[in-house]
Amino acid sequence: MKTFRENLSGYIFMLLALSSISALALITVFIIVQGAPLIADVGVIDFIFGMTWAPSQGEYGIFPMIIGSLSVTLGAVILGVPVGICCAIFLAEFAPVKLRNLFRPAIQLLAGIPSVVYGFWGLIFIVPFIRDYLGGPGLSILAASVILAIMILPTVISISEVSILALPRQYKEGALALGMTHWQTIFYVILPAAKSGIVAAIILGIGRAIGETMAVIMVVGNATAIPTSILDPVRTLTTNIGIEMGYASGEHRQALFATGIVLFIIIMVLNSLAQYITRKK
Amino acid sequence: MSENIKIAIKNLSFYYREKCVINDLSLNIRGNEILCVLGPANSGITTLLRALNRLCDLDAGVSMKGEILLDGKNIRDEDVNVTELRRRVGMVFDVPTPLPMSIYDNIAYGPRLHGNKGRREIDETVESTLRMAALWDDVKDRLELPAMSLSGGQQQRLCMARVLAMNPEVILLDRPCSGLDPISTAKIEESLTELKQEFTIVLAPHNVQQASRVSDRVAFMLMGSLIEEGKNADVFSRPKDQKTSDYITGRFG
Repeated sequence: MKTFRENLSGYIFMLLALSSISALALITVFIIVQGAPLIADVGVIDFIFGMTWAPSQGEYGIFPMIIGSLSVTLGAVILGVPVGICCAIFLAEFAPVKLRNLFRPAIQLLAGIPSVVYGFWGLIFIVPFIRDYLGGPGLSILAASVILAIMILPTVISISEVSILALPRQYKEGALALGMTHWQTIFYVILPAAKSGIVAAIILGIGRAIGETMAVIMVVGNATAIPTSILDPVRTLTTNIGIEMGYASGEHRQALFATGIVLFIIIMVLNSLAQYITRKK
Repeated sequence: MSENIKIAIKNLSFYYREKCVINDLSLNIRGNEILCVLGPANSGITTLLRALNRLCDLDAGVSMKGEILLDGKNIRDEDVNVTELRRRVGMVFDVPTPLPMSIYDNIAYGPRLHGNKGRREIDETVESTLRMAALWDDVKDRLELPAMSLSGGQQQRLCMARVLAMNPEVILLDRPCSGLDPISTAKIEESLTELKQEFTIVLAPHNVQQASRVSDRVAFMLMGSLIEEGKNADVFSRPKDQKTSDYITGRFG
């Protein structure tokens, strides 16, 4: 009787575990089945490097969107990563316990704000600010980069901080006992030792920035052209799907799924890279 | 003062929050001697060592009374540069703590950060300190390999070489042989007796035998108090206190 119960609960848990994996598998298969034929029709090269996105004329080139995604993400990394890493160093090395206990939940909260709120805030504050003081339409790469920089902060900060705190405390004491100053210890010992964790934090941040949709739709302008400055509007891979999914059908809808495949591959590669780096140590 | 006192500890008491870890301890450490601070676990020995280079400042909730004089100067004075103090009073820990870089860089980065110098001079420092730590012959052909690739005993000797490269005056060793095999331990003990020509050494030995082998003088601590101190031969052959006698003959501890 005992063994029957044991077995039964084992099966139930396995079933539930499988269901979450199978959701992933189903979505993957569905996206590929829907999108792959169109990529095959258009041709991989023409699809990825095609300059014109005109579904009504049957032209499906997503190169401007790839450039859009890359530029917005790069901007977010340039703005957000230094701030995030400095913040992690502060929290792990300098902040008094009380301040740290205040900061940590605050940063977690930053991750909990819905992206539509970020987007709305950007539309009301960042976009007019850029339009008035820097020129251009305001809806721009820069606006999206600023919003995304804030949105990736919790990821970058918490993972970097954890990887700094996870270091054996002998590294720090060994360096201090040699007569290093605190700053020298941080730059020459702690940061190099925590490097893999920090790099993983950056890559996961990039993954989040590339995948973000709602906040970006609201501030990025969504023009399907190659940008010439950071004040130009662009369209990213995610916003392309987000904007057109409502009315797309037939081949057009397949093209959106195909865009999803490209996005899917980029994020898979980034995540595996992050896992590989943290595991290598 | 003909005794050449390097460090004078006067009425030192040490607290972690309410808990008294060192109780009114006075002890003189003479130059160019090996002093073994002996005692069972939880006697306050590690704390004493960490107080001598103020590494205990890193711990939360510590407070202390009394004085520690290095060459007659109180190390807790306002104008003492802690970084410089830690350079003068180097420390080797109970677990090897090589930094995640090459063997060469582990030794070279300390001198480099202190404004040193030409490649050649650093090369010389690396070689001479590795020789002093009895590691040179093991590693001379692979200085560029990561320090983590060395064995535990080699890592510990590397840590000693790293401390020596800072040109310290006092070296604190907190049970440096606790995880090591007998051969590595013998090598470290051998280099210690060499090193006392130039340095003052305070060693927390990992057992009584080690103290009897290498020390010039011995201090016996129990529950934060100094029970007895004296010359090696005196303490081991004619201990004054019954507790010391019981400990070194293995009745407890």
